[in-house]
Amino acid sequence: MVKLDRKQMAARVARDIPEGSYVNLGVGLPTLVADHLPRGREIILHSENGVLGLGPRPAPGEEDEDLINAGKEPATLLVGGCYFHHADSFGMIRGMHLDFAVLGAFQVSVAGDLANWHTGGADAIPAVGGAMDLAVGAKQVLVMMEHLTKAGESKIVERCSYPLTGARCVNRIYTDLAVIDVKPDGLHVVEMVEGLAFEELQRLTGVPLGLT
Amino acid sequence: MIDKILPSLEAALADIPDGATVMIGGFGNAGMPSALIDALIAQGARDLTIVNNNAGNGDTGVAALIKAKKVRKILCSFPRQPDSWNFDAAYRAGELELELVPQGTLAERIRAAGAGVGGFFTPTAYGTRLAEGKETRRIGNRDYVLEYPLHADYALIKADRADRWGNLTYRKTARNFAPIMAAAAKCTIVQVRETVELGALDPETVVTPGIFVQRVVRH
Repeated sequence: MVKLDRKQMAARVARDIPEGSYVNLGVGLPTLVADHLPRGREIILHSENGVLGLGPRPAPGEEDEDLINAGKEPATLLVGGCYFHHADSFGMIRGMHLDFAVLGAFQVSVAGDLANWHTGGADAIPAVGGAMDLAVGAKQVLVMMEHLTKAGESKIVERCSYPLTGARCVNRIYTDLAVIDVKPDGLHVVEMVEGLAFEELQRLTGVPLGLT
Repeated sequence: MIDKILPSLEAALADIPDGATVMIGGFGNAGMPSALIDALIAQGARDLTIVNNNAGNGDTGVAALIKAKKVRKILCSFPRQPDSWNFDAAYRAGELELELVPQGTLAERIRAAGAGVGGFFTPTAYGTRLAEGKETRRIGNRDYVLEYPLHADYALIKADRADRWGNLTYRKTARNFAPIMAAAAKCTIVQVRETVELGALDPETVVTPGIFVQRVVRH
């Protein structure tokens, strides 16, 4: 079995984003998806600080402090892009105008609950940003994460032990081992990496999986 | 003659009292009215309640205000940053109260205040610890959380250009919270790059109408 690396995971998610989609990519791993969107597909990226038509990072020396992405990194605007204020930006999210949000996660439950904002530590400084808005607002919430924690525990769980970002909000999970749909009757494996048997994926995951 | 343009940062901030609630525009450093913040630190008002998306970066802007121990409470969505050491230290020392609000709920609470809305139901945060103790309601087939407007005594924002009536234009993502904060505060003070003659701003491009603006300072 060969696990996907971060770039391969990003490319796998990108493959499923169709022409004409409006998409928000979460900070961190999901941001990599932008680099792998198939050429020739017109896909409009939303950045919650007030951009539609977010472009790639500018060339060195071309940065503009007034033009940043949600990760507060220098950004560019594509031809046809536009700016708007924060209430409009989150109205777009909450009003279910975005086709996809791609988010990182600590844990996803069998029911599609998402935990990605807080590790639950008593002395951790909490920070939520737009994660809870994206979790409830996007038409499809795609989660992108490593299948297992560094300790080898499944990040797909019966019940999230970390504080929730949103309840029953995840539609599909992309990991370095598999693509898994969250359906009302449970989890369905859509795809596995080469050389991985379903029984092995089931053993690693712990919670019941179906095979589509 | 209406002329909202003041000669100095000091004049624009002179009446801000201890204990005021102050909204500060900006997302990260884009749109952060740093000159107004520095002048507010010098002005000396303390025990402030600050509303901003973040809790400052490095040692400038909102972070400088926290470092100067002028802040009693902060409402924001994302205080923790790699360079938020001033907030982190004050928070851990218990010198600073934090009200963590999801970013879209923060924006909508500010918008609601400016628009005269008494409250609203949002699906955001339903079923999470940020909705604990809050009134909820099922409307249609969705669950919502009741949120209230967020008013302020002052808003400090940054814009690109202004005329003497206080009409404003912005630049790129520096717009972020400024238009809604301008409407939500009793007194909105704007740091602008350039002031122009009345009539010089294309009316089609004015983002914040001057009715929401009380004071303008060029910096």
